[in-house]
Amino acid sequence: MLRPRVPAAQYDQNQRERVTLSQTNAVEARNAVKAFGEGDNSVRALNDVSVEIRKGEFFTLLGPSGCGKTTLLRLIAGFEMPTSGTILLDGQDITYLPPNKRPVNTVFQSYALFPHLTVAQNVGFGLQMQGRPAAEVKETTARMLALVKLESMANRKTSQLSGGQQQRVALARALAPQPKVLLLDEPLSALDLKLRKEMQIELKRLQTETGITFVFVTHDQEEALTMSDRVGVMSAGKLQQVGAPKDIYTRPVNRFVASFIGETNFLSATAEPGAARLATGAVVEMPGLARSGPVTVTVRPEQVRLVDASEPGAIAATVKTLVYFGTDTHCYLALQDGSELVARLQSPATGEVGLQQGQQVGVRFTPGAAQIVED
Amino acid sequence: MSAAEKAQAAQSTRNGWLLSTPALVILTLFAVGPLMIVAVYSFLAPGQYGNVEWQFSLDGWRGILWTKDIFDDTYGLADANVTIFWRSIRLSVLTTLLTFAVGFPTAWFIATRPAKSRALWLFLITIPFWTNLLIRTYAINEVIRNEGLLNTLLLKLGVISAPIQLLYTDTAVFIGMAYVYLPLMVLPLFAAIDRFDMKLLEAAYDLYASRMQVLRRVILPIVKPGIIAGSILVFVPSLGAYVTPRVLGGGKQMMIGNFIDLQFGQGRNWPLGAALSLTLLVIVTAALLIYVKYANRDTAHGH
Ligand SMILES: Nc1ncnc2c1ncn2[C@@H]1O[C@H](COP(=O)(O)OP(=O)(O)OP(=O)(O)O)[C@@H](O)[C@H]1O
Ligand SMILES: [Mg+2]
Repeated sequence: MLRPRVPAAQYDQNQRERVTLSQTNAVEARNAVKAFGEGDNSVRALNDVSVEIRKGEFFTLLGPSGCGKTTLLRLIAGFEMPTSGTILLDGQDITYLPPNKRPVNTVFQSYALFPHLTVAQNVGFGLQMQGRPAAEVKETTARMLALVKLESMANRKTSQLSGGQQQRVALARALAPQPKVLLLDEPLSALDLKLRKEMQIELKRLQTETGITFVFVTHDQEEALTMSDRVGVMSAGKLQQVGAPKDIYTRPVNRFVASFIGETNFLSATAEPGAARLATGAVVEMPGLARSGPVTVTVRPEQVRLVDASEPGAIAATVKTLVYFGTDTHCYLALQDGSELVARLQSPATGEVGLQQGQQVGVRFTPGAAQIVED
Repeated sequence: MSAAEKAQAAQSTRNGWLLSTPALVILTLFAVGPLMIVAVYSFLAPGQYGNVEWQFSLDGWRGILWTKDIFDDTYGLADANVTIFWRSIRLSVLTTLLTFAVGFPTAWFIATRPAKSRALWLFLITIPFWTNLLIRTYAINEVIRNEGLLNTLLLKLGVISAPIQLLYTDTAVFIGMAYVYLPLMVLPLFAAIDRFDMKLLEAAYDLYASRMQVLRRVILPIVKPGIIAGSILVFVPSLGAYVTPRVLGGGKQMMIGNFIDLQFGQGRNWPLGAALSLTLLVIVTAALLIYVKYANRDTAHGH
């Protein structure tokens, strides 16, 4: 096949441009530090956080209460200034730009809808403040209301809406001015479970349809895993790990990330070339492991398989407790050195996994499931 | 509805009336009754030494705006009366505006304090109410008179070279009224701002509103009930003010209240006084109706 002839220099430039464009991040925090209070009672809500959020992605900040998620979001929105560090939007330094000058909109946890305005007026508020012509405001408002399926509610007061509808208005209001980045601070936490699931799908659809970069805050790990392109796990003012949901779940970098996302087992071991030797003396094969000394091995309960006690190479264990959960059964095991291990077994049709308390079994990990984590 | 239900409904209506009898009696005795007496007096002729002659006359009502020429018995516009009405309305409006201008930031300040110190601030705001109105007004007198605190200070500082004549001017009257009625503006404003969700400020600011737009498009419309309540509470007593214009206006800068007092005292023209009182009532009612109607129509349109 003939390739189109492009002068080498120009080809090079195109290539470079494409690379730089795709590399521009929607939002970037560089060494952001935020301290509240002064002197001895000062709290470091953010302690040297650097993160790059790519254009058009659904990025989720996940972490326990008080870890600094809201603070990071408020730095991006401009409600707070960092104590030190830089915030970039599209590669531009916006650290000290006030919120009304930033093409960034927020969906607040409490929605913060204007009670004196109708649904349509709420949605059009941002456009009006930007000084867009009346016709455009009207047209965009109608489009946004259609997007969140609230056309019929346009002239209602926001107090006459249900929680889920208010949530949609808040979304439409924040999306209407077509921000470069949409910030969402636990927008679903006030909704009941069913509505929450609906809104998760709705949010994902809106993000795909509009192509706007979403920065979403939650402390619900399932929400983070199902919705995001990438997740940033935070703890104590620091970003612990950033990656795709699968990477974070299967290859957590430290004990905190491993235990915060999903359930997991920790076993102390000694690293050897290509394997980890557990305290019981059993060896877990870990190809590529090139370190030595004490380490912590983690393995997810669903990657633990029970085999016959006599099977060669299996780790000897005793069944302690069985807990039936419907789809699966949790089997609590004790290893020979006393350390505990949980296996999640799929419940068979009868519901009986065929194990008894006190029974001797062998334990195997599915290949590649065992990971070394830092403490 | 069955007969029994109907009987029960009728019974509960009767009970309702029975229960409200005390309130109705008090209203009749202390509000409607005196008002009727005033209304009747306004249609009688003045007595020689005060009081009234029981003889129908429209002179009281005529006297509000017209005066009888002493030479040829023709009626001409009473310029002095018009001036008094105009001054009353003007000073009351100014007082309302000034208390709002000062009261809004004050109420905002208090409402944004932590819950603990808020109670203290509110308490401080009401302290002037503990003192007699007359004493408070004389205190203002002491501050603004030519040899008073303000002028002495300004002279010492070299800002002015001669004392400013503040006392016995319209300015003195409306500053005094604003001082006296300020708490009546601050308290309802505080109540409204206290209910205001501060998250809305961030929401508006986030949606590209400038600080001025946040104030005009979000804060003011939402706290409007408080603004209306405060304005009514200040405007109504200002219009009928008696003590403040008397002490700070020096009897020359009369307002309607003083004018009415004059008719029942030295003027010995009770019918005119009664007619003036009713006129004041009508002006206040009309002003309130217009204001409330205007305010409601505004809300209905959303901004
Ligand atoms: N305005 C403030 N003044 C003082 N401390 C603050 C302020 N805002 C946040 N903090 C502190 O900073 C830390 C991080 O708070 P932040 O609100 O960012 O947590 P979060 O991760 O959003 O938690 P949550 O999941 O509970 O919303 C907390 O310890 C909090 O007490
Ligand atoms: Mg938060």
